[in-house]
Amino acid sequence: MKHPSLVLFFVFFLSLLPACGSQGPQTLTILTHDSFAVSEELITVFEQENNVAVVFLAGGDTGAALNKAILSREAPLADIFYGVDNTFLSRALEADIFVPYESPLLAAIPDDFELDPQHRALPVDYGDVCINYDRAWFAERRLAIPAALVDLLQPEYTGLLVVENPATSSPGLAFLLATVAEFGPDGYLDFWAGLRDNGLVVVDDWETAYFTNFSASSGRGPQPLAVSYASSPAAEVIYADPPVDEAPTASLLAPGTCFRQIEFVGILRGTPNRDLAERFIDYMLDTRYQEDIPLQMFVYPVNQNAQLPPEFVQWAAVASEPAVLGPDLIAVHRDEWIAAWTEVVLR
Amino acid sequence: MLELTDIHKSYLGRPLLDGISFSVAAGETVCLLGASGSGKSTLLRIIAGLEISEGGSVLWDGHDLARVPVHLRDFGLVFQDYALFPHLNVAENVAFGLKMRGLPQAKINSIVTESLARVNLGAFASRRVTDLSGGEQQRVALARALAPGPRLLMFDEPLGALDRSLREHLLEELRQTLQASDVPAIYVTHDQEEAFAIADRVLLLHDGCIVRAGMPAEVWREPGSVWAARFLGLGNILEGKSLGNGRVDTKAGVLETACSHDHITGEPLALLIRPGAAASGKGANQLRGRVTDVVFRSPVYRVTLADGLAFDLPTAPQMGTEISLRLPASAVECLA
Amino acid sequence: MKGIKDRGGRASDSLNQRFDAPLTRRIALWLPASLFLAVFFFYPLGHILTLSLDFSAITAGALGRSLSVLGFTLFQACLSTVLTLALGLPAAFLFARYRFAAKALLRTLTAIPFMLPTVVVAAGFNAWLGSRGWVNIALMRLFNLDSPPLVFGGTLGAILLAHVFYNTTIVVRVVGNALAHLDPRLEQAARTLGADPRRAFWRLTLPLLRPSLLASILLVFLFDFTSFGVILLLGGARFATLEVEIYLQAVQFFDLPLAAWLSLIQLLCTLAFSVVYSRAVTRTPGPSAPREATANLRRPQTLPQRLFVAGMAIFLFLFFIFPMLSLPVRSVARLEADRGERGQVRYGLTADYYAELFVNRSETLFYVPPLRALGNSLGYASLTVILSLGLGFPVAAALARPGPLERLLDPFLMLPLGASAVTLGLGFIVSFGRLLVSPWLVPLAHTLIALPFVIRSLQPALAAIPERLRQVAASLGAPPLRAWLVVDWPIIRRATLAAAVFAFTVSLGEFGATVLIARPEYPTLTTAIYRFLSRPGGLNYGQAMAMATILMLVTGAGILAIEKLRLPGSGEF
Repeated sequence: MKHPSLVLFFVFFLSLLPACGSQGPQTLTILTHDSFAVSEELITVFEQENNVAVVFLAGGDTGAALNKAILSREAPLADIFYGVDNTFLSRALEADIFVPYESPLLAAIPDDFELDPQHRALPVDYGDVCINYDRAWFAERRLAIPAALVDLLQPEYTGLLVVENPATSSPGLAFLLATVAEFGPDGYLDFWAGLRDNGLVVVDDWETAYFTNFSASSGRGPQPLAVSYASSPAAEVIYADPPVDEAPTASLLAPGTCFRQIEFVGILRGTPNRDLAERFIDYMLDTRYQEDIPLQMFVYPVNQNAQLPPEFVQWAAVASEPAVLGPDLIAVHRDEWIAAWTEVVLR
Repeated sequence: MLELTDIHKSYLGRPLLDGISFSVAAGETVCLLGASGSGKSTLLRIIAGLEISEGGSVLWDGHDLARVPVHLRDFGLVFQDYALFPHLNVAENVAFGLKMRGLPQAKINSIVTESLARVNLGAFASRRVTDLSGGEQQRVALARALAPGPRLLMFDEPLGALDRSLREHLLEELRQTLQASDVPAIYVTHDQEEAFAIADRVLLLHDGCIVRAGMPAEVWREPGSVWAARFLGLGNILEGKSLGNGRVDTKAGVLETACSHDHITGEPLALLIRPGAAASGKGANQLRGRVTDVVFRSPVYRVTLADGLAFDLPTAPQMGTEISLRLPASAVECLA
Repeated sequence: MKGIKDRGGRASDSLNQRFDAPLTRRIALWLPASLFLAVFFFYPLGHILTLSLDFSAITAGALGRSLSVLGFTLFQACLSTVLTLALGLPAAFLFARYRFAAKALLRTLTAIPFMLPTVVVAAGFNAWLGSRGWVNIALMRLFNLDSPPLVFGGTLGAILLAHVFYNTTIVVRVVGNALAHLDPRLEQAARTLGADPRRAFWRLTLPLLRPSLLASILLVFLFDFTSFGVILLLGGARFATLEVEIYLQAVQFFDLPLAAWLSLIQLLCTLAFSVVYSRAVTRTPGPSAPREATANLRRPQTLPQRLFVAGMAIFLFLFFIFPMLSLPVRSVARLEADRGERGQVRYGLTADYYAELFVNRSETLFYVPPLRALGNSLGYASLTVILSLGLGFPVAAALARPGPLERLLDPFLMLPLGASAVTLGLGFIVSFGRLLVSPWLVPLAHTLIALPFVIRSLQPALAAIPERLRQVAASLGAPPLRAWLVVDWPIIRRATLAAAVFAFTVSLGEFGATVLIARPEYPTLTTAIYRFLSRPGGLNYGQAMAMATILMLVTGAGILAIEKLRLPGSGEF
């Protein structure tokens, strides 16, 4: 009985080894988060042009994937890390996991997105975290859509808003940062206390907020206002069944109500495939790849030359005046803001 | 005291008990004797209330027990493999029934000590039951069943797993215990020696029916059927045809019988010839045959002849030789 | 009786005989599993803990916080375990003692939740009990209420209910298996000695079930103690267990010293529970002769029995079916369109969500047809079964006749269940680096979790094998392997299958996803469901429900097949 299991054990152990050895053509490994997506064809083209095999690793949500990149910096898991956003950017830069690369394609990207002047992290896409609302719900009740964050404290909006816990959810954190930007580090807690007293609903993740609590989504929940992305209404049209002519939801885009998340890519320090990694980053920032981004990940390309798909033009929106907070400010205060928020809202 | 009327029970669609009726009087030990699978254990379990009959009733002093649950019947049952509680020690096993009756602890202790002494296990009180031998376990099971002083005791093949001499000893011990008390008892076994040794009355169970009931000696003397004679191992069974006047034509020749009533000529008959009845030499009912087997069965020899008939003889004949035996007509019995 | 020389022989000698195998053989039995745990558990965990544990970084505030988190963790775990037993024990009785219609189906139903992803279960519960769930809608209609009377999401009740829903199957399997093999005549003996059914249960059945009861309590408790998804999704933001707090500290705040400290607390607690457990189990008497499982099975006879069987079966059916039913219902029901297409609502049944599963609409690189995802899931699960049985068998065999070595090592076996998945995942990163790229690591990670189950399921069965039976077989000329096949295997077949089902469902439930780096090209059904749910849109939601339904059906069918599987020679394995 013991021998077969011993043999089995070693067979398994040995079977792991080839995976870490060299595998035929060169391999480019990209560590990313679970929400990453890309068209198959784009990767095939890159692989053929460069005679390389591209392997993707999903490391959990944004925070988890970044931590994996940081913890493995002595012996990097991958050549490239894509997916750190501006709320986590400072952590990545402080940990010094990236090497600088000034891609020629940065010329086509507005400077607003380039948060790291040393070009260790290069912007790839962005999206606005905004409050989504159930259009039919408000229309049926002839209730005005809130025009600013303070409106949410009004009695007519009691119990209508669901938000994500900023400690566990990336859009939740983004919305918290929007309120910090709007009301200032001294005033945002008062606003949240007001929200709490006005029947605020807090859940731990976007999936629950959107699919369970939000009244316009498939969960047909109780809240007609939910923190989501400005691109969500477009997704509701694209992924509707049967096809619809009109998005059931829309985003509040009033100035200061949305927070802009920018996602970055960087070359991991210690990669033996530096040259190849640079080529892939150029490929990512070029129009062809950039135009693929909206329908794959429901965010906007940073490259100004990229054309948006028609659904995005019609149903998705970009906040004209999103809340702005510097990544350094976020880095210093993020944990403190979340802790204070937790005290006020949850305890 | 205990009375069963017309008990029916089927198993997998076939009748297992088919109208069983009998009663047990105070102080009486009734033995249910039958082959394995004859339903005797099931009958015991029906009396105990562990199983529900499909028809008929179990009465105690005239009261129907149908609505009385197992634990209120106050019937002790000794299981085949003893069913001692493995998580309790010897004394705790014996005390179990007393605790269930809510007796005060001091009383329980004294009864347990007394019960264990009675089965000669006084020194074993705190032993784990799993450390006991088969015989010791059996005695614990007996002490456990006796301790609460049940109004009826039942034994389900209690000695089946023990060796012969131990079985005889325990059987004797059990007989004395049962005799000393006036608790009625039902004893289930497939072993006729055990049954004849312990029973005041034997019930032969076959095909779901009681085919013969009576005192051990009566049953032995008059088994009443071919099946019973064969099951009890009473002797040679010969089939034949009546020739009238008590004469029967068999494969062993025409035999004079001691049948009590007349049979129509030509009627098929079964005869029982007890092995001990034959004597060597000549006379009425002459039998001849070649010896094919001789086995010593103290103090006699069992001699088997070529035609299959077996007899107990005081001396051993040579194998292969022809011998002559004579049977008195009184030794050739008719089975109904 | 005096002077009788008892020649009956010690009937139970060989049963209780301490099997004094030489130490070398014992070490050989322990070797594969120890090696496995050393490489894939203790090394990475030790690595990350030594790397990040820094007691000077633990502030007084953090200490207070960790104590209150520990307090809540223990509180909810105790309460959940008690409730799980309250449902699981009668259910175990029902399955172990009675024959009734659709029994295998009902048992499969109770086993399915164990492998459903938390997101899907949360969705199911909300569709049933949430503020727009059927219950609330019915109550509002019935009593003309304006607001839903029942508050479910974000309550302690939701956490408890979900834990009971998830873990009842553990009690049903572990206790039910022991119960099925209990000698029914022991209980009957107690009854004839004057014990009413209630007292026979408390005085006899319960003490005899102690090892399996303790094993199931420990497993259920550990699952509740380390609960993560249920707390996040159904408990909402107000509740945090140690595991949730570790996740927050490690992933969101990147406070590794605090996360390591909390992991250490969780690990020490687990070790303490395991030590208490193994102490308690070794004090339990040796097993009585095992029974063929069918010996205990009967149709309900008396009225109370019929009421119990019918009542319990119906209750279990309703308890498990309602949260699960909403998934298949939603996977074929179209409810969304009205929002965008006012006036021309097309409610109704649809197969679109299933059809859509086969379409790579956005031409994404990570699109995987449902059959491939299913194949990956089943592949990982099968490997997990083989691996965990292969590693678990020798250990269970050693534990079945415990010596000093076993008593020492036993508590450590449960540690993988109590270790923080987040911390372990980080440990893998610092320890294995690029080795993590291999998809082989997935069944290995699943095996870590499945192994304690497998060992705990096999151990009592192996301990119950009378040594003398094997001796008999040997004396009849059976070589060791043959003796094992004809003696041991029939006795442990049921336990082995139970262990296999556990390993299989643990793997399908995809506990490893959080631990490891995932390869998006090899998604399982579970990761595919998560992927659909992470995007807005009715079609994505419908596809997630369709995928969840496929997961439920396939795995349910798998379990049912194993349940029904009857090998020659035994009535019910």
